[in-house]
Amino acid sequence: MKYLLVEDNPELAKAICSRMELDGHQVDHANKISDAVAFAQTGEYDLILLDIMLPDGDGRSFLKQHRAAKNDTPVIVLTARSQVSDRISMLDLGADDYVTKPFDHAELQARCRAVLRRKTGTSQPTIRLGDVEFDPVGGHLNVKGATLNLRNRELRLLELLINAKGQVFSKQKLVDRLFSYDDDVSENAVEVYIGRLRKHLEGSSVQITTLRGLGYRLDHDG
Amino acid sequence: MTVDVTVSGSLRNRLAFILTGGAALLAILLFVVVRGYAARIAQEGQDNILGASVSSILDAAVLRDGAVELDFPYASLSMLSTSADDRVFYAIYEDGTLLSGYDGLDVQLPVSVGESLFISTQYDNATIRVATASRTLIGADKPRQVAVSVAQTQDALAETLNRISRNVALFGAGFFALATALAFWAASATVGQLSRLATSVTRRGPQDLSPFRKPVPSEMVPLVGSLNTLMSRLDQSLKQSEDFIAEAAHRVRTPLATVRSYAEATFQRVEAQENRDALRSMMRAIDESSRAAGQLLDHAMVTFRAENLERQEVDLDELLRDLVQRMTPVADMRDVALHLERTGPAILYGDEVLLQNAFRNLIDNALKYAPSESTITIRIRTEPRLSVEVLDQGSGFVTGEIGKLAGRFVRGGDTQGHIGSGLGLTIAQDVATAHDGTMVLSNRTEGGACVTLQF
Repeated sequence: MKYLLVEDNPELAKAICSRMELDGHQVDHANKISDAVAFAQTGEYDLILLDIMLPDGDGRSFLKQHRAAKNDTPVIVLTARSQVSDRISMLDLGADDYVTKPFDHAELQARCRAVLRRKTGTSQPTIRLGDVEFDPVGGHLNVKGATLNLRNRELRLLELLINAKGQVFSKQKLVDRLFSYDDDVSENAVEVYIGRLRKHLEGSSVQITTLRGLGYRLDHDG
Repeated sequence: MTVDVTVSGSLRNRLAFILTGGAALLAILLFVVVRGYAARIAQEGQDNILGASVSSILDAAVLRDGAVELDFPYASLSMLSTSADDRVFYAIYEDGTLLSGYDGLDVQLPVSVGESLFISTQYDNATIRVATASRTLIGADKPRQVAVSVAQTQDALAETLNRISRNVALFGAGFFALATALAFWAASATVGQLSRLATSVTRRGPQDLSPFRKPVPSEMVPLVGSLNTLMSRLDQSLKQSEDFIAEAAHRVRTPLATVRSYAEATFQRVEAQENRDALRSMMRAIDESSRAAGQLLDHAMVTFRAENLERQEVDLDELLRDLVQRMTPVADMRDVALHLERTGPAILYGDEVLLQNAFRNLIDNALKYAPSESTITIRIRTEPRLSVEVLDQGSGFVTGEIGKLAGRFVRGGDTQGHIGSGLGLTIAQDVATAHDGTMVLSNRTEGGACVTLQF
């Protein structure tokens, strides 16, 4: 997925970029409104993350220009304000959602996913692997013509494995990605979700291989 | 924060009192002047007749053979007859001695001959008016002075005066009544301008600090002017403090976001348990401070707005639908389903911002304690009373703590491992109270907590 990040604080921008790239996303960074408008006009972004206080004006003026230009790339606002009235005015101006700084990246991802699902419906490109078709935004998995809906953690786990097929993930790494640092879970919890995914993928050309002592890997035939 | 204003009299009453007092004085003055004038005219009438009577008697006096002879013309008395049967007295003097008539009329002669003198005096227990004139008769030997007095009681005159007084008094009273009514109308109309100004200021929403622009009478311009100045100063200082809070939040939260993002990215990479624990504590501390700051601001806002609700018709169904949609991504992360049980429109006349805040806090709380792959139900009831229940499938409240949990900064005994400031339920309770509602905490028989806001 390709993101445009509009944020004037270079440190935060760097931190967000590196965290997003860890999830396999591509991020372009603009540090003022004029740059952001120019970037956004190319129209090649799936989603825009917008800071509100920028050196050459208020992020809200970007929102206005953005919507006036009939650009329908969804925008998620990164705001330092937590007052409800501020949030409401942001949504009125055409932001699709907002997160309050400091934010949890998993939450930001979840919100991005929800916004994309709402905005684009089923028009998002799906990932095809053998006889398995996976829609990471809608959360649908199609195995040999039968469609089923995945739970959020199943979805995230499958997305993680499918985006880096052939790569080995340790149980620890998977716990970190699926659960909040605050959830008190053991590594065994991952086994539950691996088990479920295996059941969903049963009979397809895609399987999850256990590498004893190392972790899991997604393989497919052909 | 209503301060009782000390009341010192009423502008309306004061104005009405002054105007009415003025009208009363005018009415009395009118009465006195008109009555006095009428009395003078009436007296002049009587005096004219008395004068004519006296001079006709005097004219009849002749000097014959050295003696004064007077053939009394009876017409001179009959002209004095009145409807009230006033009594008539007369006296004829020759050189100061009573020649004929009533004694004791106590008459002084006029200073010069040919002039009539009119006096009022008492005689025989009645007030009489006496007219006196004299004439000098010149005969063969020496001149004789003849003086004639005619007196009349004043019953008819008094009767006329009384009638006139009655009419004037009636007229004065009518004038007073009319003037009083006008005074009250004028006072009300004048003070009405003030009331209209007050009403239009009162009707404003708590956030409306725009200047007062409707035309006002010139006397009220200074008042409205200073009111507008005060409001613009207030508006400016509110904006400044809002900008300051926003700027401060930005300055504090942006670096926190940087730290948290780095911590999270690093957390994904490091293996050593020791480092992971440190990073975990770091993220937890950041989340705690951010959440506490947000809730403290929310709580301050709720306390501020609760005194001055910005009421409008709020459809709780719509409000909760938006809220659920907005919170679903967070619930999804934990594989918790948010289920809104809807019954159609549920209209509450309340403050939308506060209500949204209260429900967000309740759902937020439920999300914290709900186990993975469970459902949080939000149920709106319109019967018997409008109420909203937030039900989770967690472990419920600790029995014995339920009564205390809505207190400020009070956290349940089972909250280890959960981030919170202890303000969520306080906020919800304050919002319910501000809407004349209640918050009830209970445990569900099938397990889990239930928070009900009743309106």
